[in-house]
Amino acid sequence: MRIGIPKEIVANETRAAATPNSVKKLLKLGFDVTVERGLGEKAGFTDDAYREAGAEVADRDTVWQSEIIYKINAPLDDEIEKLREGMTLVSFLSPRVDTQLTEKLAAKKINALAMDMVPRISRAQSLDALSSIANIGGYRAIIEAAHHFGRFFTGQVTAAGKVPPAKVLVIGAGVAGLAAIGTADSLGAVVRAFDTRLEVAEQIESTGGEFLRLKFEGEEDGSTESGYAKVMSDEFVRAEMELFAEQAKEVDIIVTTAQIPGKPAPKLITKEMVDSMRPGSVIVDMAASSGGNCEYTVPDEVFVTESGVKIVGYTNLSAGLPAQSSEMYSTNLVNLTKLLSKEKDGNICIDFDDVILRNMCVVKEGDVTFPPPPISVSAAPKQAAAEAPKAEEKPKKEKGMGTLKGILGICGAALFAVIALYAPQEFLGHFSVFILACIVGYYVVWNVTHALHTPLMSVTNAISGIIIVGVLLQISPVVDAITVMAFIGILLTSINIFGGFAVTHRMLKMFNKE
Amino acid sequence: MTQGIIAVAYIVAAILFILSLAGLSKQETAKRGNLYGIAGMSIALTVTIASANPDALAYMLVAMLIGAIIGIILAGKVEMTGMPELIACLHSFVGLAAVLVGYNSFLKILWGENHVSGTMLNVELSEIYLGVFIGAVTFTGSIIAFGKLRGILSSKALMLPGKNVINLGILVAMAVLMGLFLHEDGSMLYLAIVTALALIFGLHLVASIGGADMPVVISMLNSYSGWATAASGFMLSNDLLIITGALVGSSGAILSYIMCKAMNRSFISVIAGGFGNEVKSSVVVEGEYREILPEEVAERLKQSESVIIAPGYGMAVAQAQYPVADISRKLRSMGINVRFAIHPVAGRLPGHMNVLLADAKVPYDIVLEMDEINEDFPETDTVLVIGANDTVNPMSQEDPHCAIAGMPVLEVWKARSVIVFKRSMNTGYAGVQNPLFFKENTHMCFGDAKATVDKILKAL
Repeated sequence: MRIGIPKEIVANETRAAATPNSVKKLLKLGFDVTVERGLGEKAGFTDDAYREAGAEVADRDTVWQSEIIYKINAPLDDEIEKLREGMTLVSFLSPRVDTQLTEKLAAKKINALAMDMVPRISRAQSLDALSSIANIGGYRAIIEAAHHFGRFFTGQVTAAGKVPPAKVLVIGAGVAGLAAIGTADSLGAVVRAFDTRLEVAEQIESTGGEFLRLKFEGEEDGSTESGYAKVMSDEFVRAEMELFAEQAKEVDIIVTTAQIPGKPAPKLITKEMVDSMRPGSVIVDMAASSGGNCEYTVPDEVFVTESGVKIVGYTNLSAGLPAQSSEMYSTNLVNLTKLLSKEKDGNICIDFDDVILRNMCVVKEGDVTFPPPPISVSAAPKQAAAEAPKAEEKPKKEKGMGTLKGILGICGAALFAVIALYAPQEFLGHFSVFILACIVGYYVVWNVTHALHTPLMSVTNAISGIIIVGVLLQISPVVDAITVMAFIGILLTSINIFGGFAVTHRMLKMFNKE
Repeated sequence: MTQGIIAVAYIVAAILFILSLAGLSKQETAKRGNLYGIAGMSIALTVTIASANPDALAYMLVAMLIGAIIGIILAGKVEMTGMPELIACLHSFVGLAAVLVGYNSFLKILWGENHVSGTMLNVELSEIYLGVFIGAVTFTGSIIAFGKLRGILSSKALMLPGKNVINLGILVAMAVLMGLFLHEDGSMLYLAIVTALALIFGLHLVASIGGADMPVVISMLNSYSGWATAASGFMLSNDLLIITGALVGSSGAILSYIMCKAMNRSFISVIAGGFGNEVKSSVVVEGEYREILPEEVAERLKQSESVIIAPGYGMAVAQAQYPVADISRKLRSMGINVRFAIHPVAGRLPGHMNVLLADAKVPYDIVLEMDEINEDFPETDTVLVIGANDTVNPMSQEDPHCAIAGMPVLEVWKARSVIVFKRSMNTGYAGVQNPLFFKENTHMCFGDAKATVDKILKAL
């Protein structure tokens, strides 16, 4: 089948749904690829590069003739015009918000898969475009903040005086938030972060942020089975707002990422809070596209308040890094293609038994299949009840070992007693030497480093050749059974002695330090 | 030569042997340790030859010369992957020598060349009896081990019906025959029967142990060869043999203990047979794994700051240790911190993997033991698992019912990303599925280890 990748026609879009790299991978899966002329010019990919990778470069109408269309932004009306029955369209569709679009697509009798409906399960991570966009966006948010901030992020002590590090507050520690925390931390800022889900505290700390806890009675956890945060109680929200108001006075930069799927973003930063911030402070509102977390936010603009605080409301932060955004998104599409085409034969099948595809599919053969049945995901699975029997088994085993050891000890003592009673003096002398040697051996061998256990074995092989002493003493010039056996014995043990030492020497020579 | 000089010389030799083992405690002193061993052996041999029958000197020298030539050629030619075979082979010689010494001592008593009577005769006879028994078990056991390691014999555990009964039966028969043997003041017939029984015992014992338990078996046979030497020392009333035997015996015993501990199995369960008859795990492992190409692995390695390589015996089988060592050198020259993590049973001998890496010229200070490196995994960017499976299986900690429950393993899954080199999705020796392969941070790189590693090397 042929995959067509048209140029994005939305204003300010710099990304492309395919890169030369992803084209190669799609071809490997058995598909033909046609890209629109000039597809990657804003992301830095030339038509020649696509051609070299094996794609056909054609004009707009030819591209829209393909059986499958890969896009980034939801199709505009004149793009919907071009859709024909039986085609498959993959792009962002926001079916929760834009129900009209879904109906329009259904009317065209096509298949539509929404890249923003990838379920949050671990198997689907490799095609989760929202995550990869959020990751880039989080990084870009800090870069934008730094650009507008006009001061150092990192603290410095210079001959011209001391500069304190910038303080950054990140609200919402999802993929974007965590990326922002990590970026701000690596620029040297002091980073604090807040999230209603307590389970992310560890992730915040591992990326370099400090997790802010609410002064709030009764722990409330905002984790839900869908992997997004839920709406919290009023009391919780009040405590949360107090925290933000307090922080606003202290921090230089606020990055907000709080979004609730299918709903307008919660207003977390009020006008009063912004006005209480120091002049020159920056707020980057990553939720600007769904209304913004800050009351001052104007989508796609930088708004400067009277007190001199800048609020960055760019809605497409990831478009600021077009090459990488395109690379990641197109890789997500390649991974989706692998799911669609399990046989790797260039044909696709939207298999509803696969929860990922079921969840993503918004329209199938003209029928609206949204909303999908719910899937449950959870980051930390509940501990299985299998723990209990483990605890019971252990003491039993130890008890058994104890008895065994006791019996062995008694047997040993009895054996000693028998030997002491009946054995002749001469034997006892040798026997004490034997026991002492065992003890010396025990301590000496425990000291041997693990790395030298093989040389240890070969050297013990060599020295156990000392049994040669026995056969040497038994040999006599008379050729009889004893002499023949002794001769063989000497021969064999000599192999041991010489071979053992030689091979040990050879091995030890190999052990070298740098 | 006076008895006094001989006795002192033997004591000196014994001390040198102890120093020899003590020298192996560190890499820095190990070579000196080996020299101590050689010195001790030279002293012991000189004194013994000087005090032996001077008329038989020619026989001794000829036999020793032939032995020395064979030994040195063997030692020079052996591949490091073939070390376990060589060691098994050398064990069998000690075992056979102990049998020969036993028979000779017995013949001397039988022919009246050695006059003993009363309790001393009984003591002497039991020493001979035990020496021959242990020696014969070591002999055939080592031969079977050699065959299994070489691949001449199937490395699968031989599962005869009632094999534990067979083993126990032989031990009981041995005890009964010992009583009869002593009662008759020595009888060639009984000695011959017990030799035959011991040979069968050794054969069956090792045949019923599976391939991956070989480290335990080899250490066990090492231990037996020591006890056989000690028994010969008792026969000949020679303290040097007794001391040496005891040293070797305890060394082997400790090594077997360490190996068993590393697999969280008791010595008895290893002897009593391999895996396969244990309770099946209730946890079903399934999921999807992610594949990665060698070129992508190279890219990932270049972007890492710290890399740990966890090799298993599969690496040695594929002869991939040399390109792996090249990769480690190349990465280190790029300033990446590369280290090797060795599980105690990651080879066919205790310490085998260390020797294999040393042979590939990996400096020993970046080759670390499991206990030394396990804490470092969370701070590691990339872990390469090459030819290992059970030793990196998180199941041992997660499922208390699986066959490897409680076995200490390399906690590779804690690293940021793990790449597993494997031929297919088959399970390891213990037959336990490995959930590591399905973890989110794990990628599988399929194919022959050497071919893949070569490709990575080229891409670096």
